[in-house]
Amino acid sequence: MITHLLSIDDLTPEQITEVLDTAAGFKDVALRPIKKVPTLRGRTICNLFYEDSTRTRISFEIAEKRLSADVINFSAKGSSVSKGESLKDTALTLQAMGVDAIVIRHSASGAPQQLTGWVDAKVLNAGDGWHQHPTQALLDLYTIRERLGRLEGLRAAVVGDVVHSRVARSVVRGLVAMGVEVTVVGPPTLVPTSVETWGATVTHDLDETLPKIDVLYLLRVQSERMHRQFFPSEREYARLWGVGRDRLDKLPDDAIVLHPGPMNRGVEITADVADAPNAVIAEQVTNGIAVRMSCLYLMLGGEA
Amino acid sequence: MNAERSTITFTGARVVDPASGRDEVADVIVSGDRIIAVGNGSDGLRVDAHGLVLTPGFVDLHVHLRQPGREDAETVASGTAAAAAGGYTAVCPMANTDPVTDHAGVVEQVLRLAREAGHADVYPVGAITRGLGGEELAEMGAMAAHGVRCFSDDGVPVRSARIMRRALTYARTWDAIICNHAEEPDLTEGAQMHEGVLSSVLGLGGWPREAEEVMVSRDLILAHGLGARLHVPHVSTAGTVELIRQAKARGTRVTAEAAPHHFSLTDDVVRGYDPVYKVNPPLRTKADVLAVREGLADGTIDAIATDHAPHPPEQKEQEWAQAPPGMLGLETALAITLTELVGQDDGTSPSPGAAGDRSGDGALSLSQAVAALSTNPARSRGIAGHGGPIEPGAHANLVLFDPARRWTIQAAVTQSRSRNTPYAGTQVRGKIVHTLLRGRFTCRDGEVVR
Amino acid sequence: MGERQVLAATDVTRALKRMAHEVLERNKGCDDLVLMGIRSRGVPLADRLAANLEAIEGTAVPAGSLDVTLYRDDYAQTGPRPLGQTSFPADIDGKVVVLVDDVLYTGRTIRAAMDAVMDYGRPTAIQLAVLVDRGHRELPIRADYVGKNLPTHTDQDVRVHLVETDDVDEVTVVDRQRADAP
Repeated sequence: MITHLLSIDDLTPEQITEVLDTAAGFKDVALRPIKKVPTLRGRTICNLFYEDSTRTRISFEIAEKRLSADVINFSAKGSSVSKGESLKDTALTLQAMGVDAIVIRHSASGAPQQLTGWVDAKVLNAGDGWHQHPTQALLDLYTIRERLGRLEGLRAAVVGDVVHSRVARSVVRGLVAMGVEVTVVGPPTLVPTSVETWGATVTHDLDETLPKIDVLYLLRVQSERMHRQFFPSEREYARLWGVGRDRLDKLPDDAIVLHPGPMNRGVEITADVADAPNAVIAEQVTNGIAVRMSCLYLMLGGEA
Repeated sequence: MNAERSTITFTGARVVDPASGRDEVADVIVSGDRIIAVGNGSDGLRVDAHGLVLTPGFVDLHVHLRQPGREDAETVASGTAAAAAGGYTAVCPMANTDPVTDHAGVVEQVLRLAREAGHADVYPVGAITRGLGGEELAEMGAMAAHGVRCFSDDGVPVRSARIMRRALTYARTWDAIICNHAEEPDLTEGAQMHEGVLSSVLGLGGWPREAEEVMVSRDLILAHGLGARLHVPHVSTAGTVELIRQAKARGTRVTAEAAPHHFSLTDDVVRGYDPVYKVNPPLRTKADVLAVREGLADGTIDAIATDHAPHPPEQKEQEWAQAPPGMLGLETALAITLTELVGQDDGTSPSPGAAGDRSGDGALSLSQAVAALSTNPARSRGIAGHGGPIEPGAHANLVLFDPARRWTIQAAVTQSRSRNTPYAGTQVRGKIVHTLLRGRFTCRDGEVVR
Repeated sequence: MGERQVLAATDVTRALKRMAHEVLERNKGCDDLVLMGIRSRGVPLADRLAANLEAIEGTAVPAGSLDVTLYRDDYAQTGPRPLGQTSFPADIDGKVVVLVDDVLYTGRTIRAAMDAVMDYGRPTAIQLAVLVDRGHRELPIRADYVGKNLPTHTDQDVRVHLVETDDVDEVTVVDRQRADAP
């Protein structure tokens, strides 16, 4: 496969399919009495997390351990990282220790790319700034394909704060690459017109979009955005672009609802929707482990 | 023979001097600190200048020498050495030092350091406001007593229209120039690169054109109303060029500068997230680059000014968001100007640069390029003795360069203490051979004289 | 390049029948047996063997499929391969698992298969049935039930074709082309 996974755009549609197909094989491992296979035995993987993110780190850690890899965790709190060691120096330290792969999450867009210049290890981007979160997109694609049986020809709406969202960038580009028709919905302050250059259409009217889609993808909206005046209030946001029972009923019967988590219940999504049968949020989490196993398996095999 | 006071003849150079309208092959005789003859003849030490171009030494209206305060990045000595290596005989260091150059003491210090190093003359720019805080005027008079005739808070915009108007008015006491870093800060919160399609893809906060144009508009209107002198630094957008063009047509007393990186690089280079390309104002699109070139060609933009901004490697080897903005420029200005803007003598086009298409001849003639690098900056800033004319009796502040010599820019080969050039690995045309400051070599055969 | 047939369709059928008898004899019937075909050609063979056992004893014997890709020892050299499905037809704790494969060669696939089975449960025993044993073991592994012993050279390939996948039942031996053949 490829050397590094920094962005969903690094993968061709064929490669994306390969990741998804392989993930299906890995989903099995979770169902066994011994949830482990020896494939990455003797490989060392470092989870270099500069941003607090227990969920994603745990998901990666479980994936790595189920593949029998040795796992090192560097979190922003409580290591040299927090004492102000530069990214470059941390990278050179890991390089000197002979790490095979680095899974990095960082608040600065582009940090994983810069990291590849300093280490021989394979680099997997677990989320950088507003830029990309490719494994999130892959697990979402997997979930959609598993539930609806296909990707090509589906219609999806991605709703919310796209400007500040690495998940949005990866998901929109991933869906478009796999032949899904994507509409991005939200206030103009959070949905830049340049989104059209990503291969999606843009609209600000959610109600008009809902009956026409198979997949509804809700992005997290942070209250921070309200304080910086991207929209006047959470109440108004929820009224215009939040999805509750009423909007859920406007979806076609077979449509599914995804959310990358964590959820702001009451803003972009209500409890009704999160717990509805066509919401696949828990599956997204389960699938995340299998998809991450798949990515690591495909990246670390072979000499190159 | 006393090497410093001997007579030198540069034979057979192509003398390009917009100040006197000269563009011809001639012998130039220098004795002591003056030019004594231009024409045919020879005396003293003969330096063969066939194939070279001889022009007034370049003048950079916008450099950051970092001293006092950031000597890890650059000092007055290393910065002026870089200037000499780049063909400059005079530079204007900006005031965002530590302590800020907002009082006579720092001005004196910088002047003294430059004199001691002896690589180039410096004409320090004083701050507009105390500590660059944007609220209280700095003591312009005290600084003017040391020759300061231009004030700028560069690095930081003068946010308040009231302070800007006050400064423009007060500066008229000396007919001094106010130079405002045009950036409306309310529009550049969290900005990391040019706001456009690419910033959206890369997930970096955007620095919209409007943030520059809104402030340039304000400053032009204020200056016009007062009949005051305004200088617009580092022009980066097509809109700004047009605003200045219209203002000049209306008679506003405005001059403008552009940096080589703004007429040669686009935001496309940011894709790799290498902070060497991070600069304020940011690299923009092809359309903006072309507009800046047109602005230089039709005189809307008077001067090429490098905005030489050194940062030590550990600062530039950080995450993009953490790295400070700024690029080196003194040693590459001539080469980038010739390579990107000026057609070659034999009529072939300049090499293709970052902005792509070139149509036949370059955007500028060699003479226009020299005017932008030397004549115009000297004249607009009232810097006597520099910028020509090349005629008997004038100070011998000269540069000789080989316009055809090809070379590759290397980050590690520099007089600067820093290495943050965006042109590492770039093949260019045009190399400095000699620089003379009042008749004395500061750069000889491409090497800085110590 | 020579390809010669070493087992024809009828030979394959007879071998599988004989192996079924041997399995029953050794295990005194087929209670507590689970057949696991190793992907890919071991799977139809396991199904046939199970059918044979049922025809003789009248009892259904569960047969499943085992993909050993994740247990291979050559991942670092060869890189990732596509994964196949593993499905155990029954709980294997306390059962006798009979691994079924088409060709036994170096023994590495069987080593991987045994590790996989042990991760799924604790059988009382693991036995091995192969259609062809071509020698050249690199690990101390032997088959309990062999369709045909076939001495080969290492520069030969043994090809097993089965009706379920290749329209014909036969086993052939092929001399690999010389590297410098035009």
